[in-house]
Amino acid sequence: MTGYQFTEKYDWLPMLGISLHFGVDGISAPLVLLTGVVMFTGVLISWGDDHPHVMAGIQDRPREFFAFLFILAWGVFGVFVSLDLFMLFFFYEIAVFPMYLLIVIWGWKVTREYAAMKLTLYLFIGSVIALVGVLAMYFVQYQSTGVLTFDMLAMETAGFPAVFQIIWFLPVFLGFAVLGGIWPFHNWSPDGHVAAPTAVSMFHAGVLMKLGAFAALRVGIMLLPEGAKYWQWLIMFFAAVAVVYGAYIAFVQMDFKYMVGFSSVSHMGLVMLGFSTLNRNGLLGSGLQMFSHGVMTALFFAVVGMIYDRAHTRQIPELGGMSKVMPFAAVGFIIGGLVSMGMPLFSGFIAEFPIFLGVWNEQWLVAVIASISIIITAAYIMRNIRQVFYGEMPENLQGHITDITVLDKVAITTLCLFMILIGLYPAFMAPMVDTGVTYILNLLHP
Amino acid sequence: MFTSTLFASILPEILILILGMLVLIVEPFWKEEQRRNVGWLTAGGLLISMLLSLIFGQPGQPIATLGGMVRFDWLGFFFKMLFMFAGAATALLLMDNEKVGRRGEAYLLLLASLLGMNLMAVSSNLIMLYLAIETTSIPLYVLAGFMVGDNKSAEAGFKYLLYGVLTSTIMLYGFSLVFGFSGTADLYQLAEMYKVGELSLGTALAVLALILVGVGFKVSIVPFHFWAPDVYEGAPTPIAGFLSTASKAAGFAVLIRLFFVAFPGRDLAASWTVALAILSAVTMTVGNLLALPQTNIKRLLAYSSVAHAGYTLIGVVAFTQLGAASVIFYLAAYILTNLLAFGIAMAFSKVTGLEDLKDYAGMSRRNPTLALMMLAAFLSLTGMPPFGGFVAKVIVFAAGIQAGYVWLVVLGILNSVIGVYYYLNALKYVYLYRMPNEDEENHPIPLTRPYAIALAVLAIGVVLIGVVFAPWFGWSDAAALNLF
Repeated sequence: MTGYQFTEKYDWLPMLGISLHFGVDGISAPLVLLTGVVMFTGVLISWGDDHPHVMAGIQDRPREFFAFLFILAWGVFGVFVSLDLFMLFFFYEIAVFPMYLLIVIWGWKVTREYAAMKLTLYLFIGSVIALVGVLAMYFVQYQSTGVLTFDMLAMETAGFPAVFQIIWFLPVFLGFAVLGGIWPFHNWSPDGHVAAPTAVSMFHAGVLMKLGAFAALRVGIMLLPEGAKYWQWLIMFFAAVAVVYGAYIAFVQMDFKYMVGFSSVSHMGLVMLGFSTLNRNGLLGSGLQMFSHGVMTALFFAVVGMIYDRAHTRQIPELGGMSKVMPFAAVGFIIGGLVSMGMPLFSGFIAEFPIFLGVWNEQWLVAVIASISIIITAAYIMRNIRQVFYGEMPENLQGHITDITVLDKVAITTLCLFMILIGLYPAFMAPMVDTGVTYILNLLHP
Repeated sequence: MFTSTLFASILPEILILILGMLVLIVEPFWKEEQRRNVGWLTAGGLLISMLLSLIFGQPGQPIATLGGMVRFDWLGFFFKMLFMFAGAATALLLMDNEKVGRRGEAYLLLLASLLGMNLMAVSSNLIMLYLAIETTSIPLYVLAGFMVGDNKSAEAGFKYLLYGVLTSTIMLYGFSLVFGFSGTADLYQLAEMYKVGELSLGTALAVLALILVGVGFKVSIVPFHFWAPDVYEGAPTPIAGFLSTASKAAGFAVLIRLFFVAFPGRDLAASWTVALAILSAVTMTVGNLLALPQTNIKRLLAYSSVAHAGYTLIGVVAFTQLGAASVIFYLAAYILTNLLAFGIAMAFSKVTGLEDLKDYAGMSRRNPTLALMMLAAFLSLTGMPPFGGFVAKVIVFAAGIQAGYVWLVVLGILNSVIGVYYYLNALKYVYLYRMPNEDEENHPIPLTRPYAIALAVLAIGVVLIGVVFAPWFGWSDAAALNLF
């Protein structure tokens, strides 16, 4: 039982052992679904609105915008389904460069050039450092087995020497985890989210950060398990800091979009925290959290974008009373907020609870510290719901704000349905993720 | 005496010679305004020559022909095909250059230097090698200074001449020392001489250093790179593209054959690979750092081409079959990419007359197709998939790691990060910035037919080599096999 399904394999460059080898396991299948969902809703959000006061959607050069967006989706799908390290890296890089163009051309005029370049440089440095590790694995594998191959199934059984794994785990794991927004390399992410246009923010926080976490898991932990065990404490430390620090910074943000951006850092920290436990509960929670957070943060960014398009400001104190004009968006944001706080009956609870269980098993003190973030999250989410959606609408906004479009409502509904479905009926996804976790545990404890 | 193998081994050169004479004969009979058609003749003739060579001139087992002057093998053949392709593309790009395109001599000189490059790739004798290098260089000196009355072009031609003459003299001195110490000028016998101890380590290294001056000038590695930015800026743009691609690749063809075949001894190789590793590190770093502040696109591409010489050297330093294959693959990808970049610069400056990066503002609105091709070229230079530059870089880095040069690869990676910055910066002008007067964005940038054909072929090639890389790597590997 390899754990991979729907596998396809074709030789691509046999001399160097590169093949087109695709397939999904329990961890990556939900992420493929997530990519599809976020892509679909992101396109709906970008459709635009003819109302004169609304600057919604993509008006400038839409052909190029959607072309680059689809190249991005191509890369992302490719990473999630690649079982060949070279192709994984190939698609990973494809996912990086359209990001630059999407942000720099259609982004927020104030910070887009700075943010886009910062994001690209961070991600490129991370990925090429991981590449050195990948090439080292490739040649060490060749020395021990005499077969040149980038196939990950072969590498899983290659049995790298423990010292080699300990040396190369950190460059590989952290190189990919940069895209997962791990502290202390998270700095590009809030800037990038804020500068990006709405659909790209959704895609970016919703899917691309999962890409980093997924690659770190697949290449770092699954191929170098001894290294993962050795450095477990460090990853756990980084992740715990990200969880609490991200939540705290989100709490003090006055800019709505920065708040959501830092909350992503905090929630992705939970994913990494789950990875660092290396036990069943933690990994299961991480797998679910990747999906849950992807949908939730896409919803957040969609709503923030809708409000900004109409109010032309994102400063939280300058907003208010939005529930009267856009009740649908308000309900959507509240559902997202409940997921974010980890309320039972929503997907956030299903995902976060196992993570904390897993962390408690490994190191109870970290679980206690990380759980502070739940309180902070609840505080800033509720404060924002009160300030932005209820309360008095400022006078300068009154009369200008219009309701969201039908397509926006379709997008919000789609995203909410997934969060509620998993919350009410976890068996929809949990057993699938569990098969992936079992496979990883077999690699970790053969 | 004239066997079919002998004939096959120099078939491409014979065809180029015939083509050159045809150009000379035909050109005077055409009217002034029709003379641009010589470009069609040249490009078409080169493509037919490639086809004929592929059919009748394929090498089998590597053998020496022409009394040991020429080596007939896949390594040389693959390089010849690359050069002729680059020559055809350059001929097309030359056609609509007002000051150059209507003069038949330009195409003749191009063909003459192509002849020299082809011989550079196959020479297995120092004397033949020197002749080939000079045959390549002299027409290029003239072409670089071809635009009469243009000060920058004259400066470019003269600068290139002075540098070229000086370095090739030093190299010739090296050759004469080799001959004096060993009594042979044949590369393959030299290797034997070293093995039996006729040639001492110190002598060999001293000679190699002298030879490296000449080759280093051709491929523009760092202490010998000073000519590149000025010459690229002043020379007609397609010629600059030709210099930075085919001429550089020819230099590498000589470099790998000379170093891998003639000086392969273990302790000897250990010495020169370390020296080349240091040169590679310096070349990458200097090239990229100096590219950062450039505002002229041709100077930017000049420094970037210096940096790329550094990346390519990593494959040479590795001194393995994978290393040699990676060098050849890298050059193939690089030739396509850089010709595309220079072609776009040419097409743009033909319409606007401008060459500064800031003038590219609003280009994606004026001609989206051209902008997309520029995106492909620059991302390929950056090393992003799905373009050729990505696979080429990964394979070169892989060769470096396999040979244990992890520090060099890490340095190469840091350098590519610098590259990301300035290549993306150039694309920012194309896609983001608006023209000072936004009405001017309605002025399209029309492409004439030769540009459209050449650029389309190059752009497709850049994507093809980055996605379907197996056949290209197969050929590179087959070529590299001839070195060991």
